[in-house]
Amino acid sequence: MFLDKFVLNAGAEAFNGGDVVATLVIFLVLMFLLKKFAWGPLMGVMKQREELVASEIDAAENARKEAAKTLEEQKALLKEARTEAQTIVESAKKQGDIQRDEIISAARAEANRLKESAVREIETEKEKAILAVREEVVSLSVLAASKVLGKEISEEDNSALIKETIAKAGEAK
Amino acid sequence: MSHGVPEITLGFLTFNLSTVLMLLITAAIVFIIAVVATRNLKLKPTGMQNFFEWIMDFVRGIINSNMDWKTGGRFHILGITLIMFIAVGNLLGLPLGGVYIYGDLWWKSPTADPVVTMTLASMVMVLATYYGIRMRGAKHYFKTFIQPMPFMFPLKIIEEFANTLTLGLRLYGNIYAGEILLGLLAGLAGSGILGFIGAIVPTMAWLGFSIFIGFIQAFIFTMLTMVYISHKVSTDH
Repeated sequence: MFLDKFVLNAGAEAFNGGDVVATLVIFLVLMFLLKKFAWGPLMGVMKQREELVASEIDAAENARKEAAKTLEEQKALLKEARTEAQTIVESAKKQGDIQRDEIISAARAEANRLKESAVREIETEKEKAILAVREEVVSLSVLAASKVLGKEISEEDNSALIKETIAKAGEAK
Repeated sequence: MSHGVPEITLGFLTFNLSTVLMLLITAAIVFIIAVVATRNLKLKPTGMQNFFEWIMDFVRGIINSNMDWKTGGRFHILGITLIMFIAVGNLLGLPLGGVYIYGDLWWKSPTADPVVTMTLASMVMVLATYYGIRMRGAKHYFKTFIQPMPFMFPLKIIEEFANTLTLGLRLYGNIYAGEILLGLLAGLAGSGILGFIGAIVPTMAWLGFSIFIGFIQAFIFTMLTMVYISHKVSTDH
């Protein structure tokens, strides 16, 4: 028959017990060998990776917590620093105000003192000048009087007389 | 042109040498791929390691959809080996589909042999029964045959055999049919220049479809394996 050659097992007549044994032995040996040389190591690696991933996730979680904690700390520190800076600035401002007031008042006092001393000096200079003028007037007067009288009166008497006169004149003035 | 199978009989066991050869080739390919892919394992996977990790996760998904991982984790290696072995076996018949040497068929998918698929299916059912008894106890195991109603007992017995038969024969039928059609198309292509031109497009289409079927059947076999095992070992019914 033409189609006979396509019937793959047409030649087999008896039950092939040997094939059963061969199939079982080959399959089971293959399974054992694969378990030992391929699936076992592969499963080991996959398990290892699973563990690695789990531990990495744990580590990442820990790192995240740590970072959050540090961030909180940093924030608190920053806040503290800011308030501290503010107080420093404020106290410096206060200090500056106080210093300014002090400097102004000191300058004012100094100015007053200078003015007063100047006034005092002027006063003394004026007195001195007046005194000098008075002396001059006395001596001029004596000179004039002696010239007018043409005679000498005792210098002492004269001087006393003139001083008296001038004092009277000063009072009258 | 007569064709046959290269059989030898050792004692009371008859071996189909072609099947044994193809089983060995399949196992060798799976082993080499797996070992090459996992030879240089890294925590950050690259290339083939990615692919194999995807297979592992895929089978883990199949198991998880049937039972909880505490029960099903021990079947992970069985599942990965089954899906790889069957997928490679299914695809193996495609490139040289039907090589005859001295009238004997040597190159075919190992899964296009009902003895192979039924052996795998029976192995799954034996494993399921073994783990069912070991994990739930013999009493519970036999009680499941009269649940929910005692008159279900005959049906439950039939179910056991039907499950095994459908599991094995579904795979066999799909791959065997695929190879027959591939053989027909190859015969058409070899019949003459017109036949060759006419066979190109259907052959390409059928090869593509067979690759798809090969993967799908590997997935279905693994999926049903886990379904049947979970029927026996899980506590929720």
